[in-house]
Amino acid sequence: MFHLAAGRVGSLAAKRATAALSTSSARMMASHGHGTGDTHPPFHQQQLLVSALDKLRQDDRKRFRQVSTAVDMSKPLYTDSVDVPLPDRPYKEVLTDADKSLKQKEKGPWNQLSKEEKLALYRLKFLKTYPEMRHSTPEWKTVLGVAFFFLGLTGFVVWWQKVYVFPKRPRTFEGDWPEKQLKRMLDMRINPVQGISSKWDYEKGQWK
Amino acid sequence: MFRAAVRLSVSGVRSLTRTQPGCQALLASRGYSHGKQETDEEFDARWVTYFNKPDIDAWELRKGMNTLVCYDLVPEPKILEAALRACRRLNDLASAIRILEAVKDKAGPHKDIYPYVIQELKPVLEELGISTPEELGIDKL
Repeated sequence: MFHLAAGRVGSLAAKRATAALSTSSARMMASHGHGTGDTHPPFHQQQLLVSALDKLRQDDRKRFRQVSTAVDMSKPLYTDSVDVPLPDRPYKEVLTDADKSLKQKEKGPWNQLSKEEKLALYRLKFLKTYPEMRHSTPEWKTVLGVAFFFLGLTGFVVWWQKVYVFPKRPRTFEGDWPEKQLKRMLDMRINPVQGISSKWDYEKGQWK
Repeated sequence: MFRAAVRLSVSGVRSLTRTQPGCQALLASRGYSHGKQETDEEFDARWVTYFNKPDIDAWELRKGMNTLVCYDLVPEPKILEAALRACRRLNDLASAIRILEAVKDKAGPHKDIYPYVIQELKPVLEELGISTPEELGIDKL
């Protein structure tokens, strides 16, 4: 299991010969002169950790290599945009033999090309035509529908909260309490200049 | 100014001098309050010269077209003729059709511009054998 790590560890040990090694067993290992290429290094916690990490990194790299090919962003990309009529590269770069012969024919007079051939040449170079680029999708219906669905769900949640979560309403809202409260405010002349008491006609005992 | 530009472009010198008329005109067409304003004829002539370069390469064609559609205008038929002939020199029919599509798109809501342009370009289209998007059926979905 440590074959791969052995050489690295050995060279590590050589490089770290002068570095401070924490345990006495490590110091013992260094003094025993384990140079490069020693096949069975002694069990040591630091070495174990380093080699385990190395193995993990190698596994990661192997795993990533099996993932599907990513786009090479260092090369020109093909894009369909109404603002960029001629993209950086043709859509199809890998041509079949039929395509290649068509490309050869393109070098001659274009009057000799049939409509289908002209269309094929267009589709080799471009993925979408302008109308296809401009064509709208019905995606907005999905978006609006999902948004309304979640709004409805929220409404359901609020109703449930009203039934099971919210405490009882304060008693100051029930019966004649609000009316008596208002009378008390008017008697105290609350906000007499521009507020509520200024709207009450004290002589006639009614709102102005 | 144009003759100098043509001479430089013919020699194929990829230097600032060739692009300089373009840079100057770009500034002028931005409408600064000072400095000489480029006239429409100068603008057209500059672009015709650009596309008329005999050994124009594919990158320059793409760059020219992509720059031209960024302007708030529909290119004159004579500029488009030069661009189509450049496509012919590069053996690129697809780009020629794409240019016609782009012109129609640039016209936007002004539906009468594109038919006029096609009418003006008819001789060139017939000479070079370029089919319009309508003839190929790609103007509809």
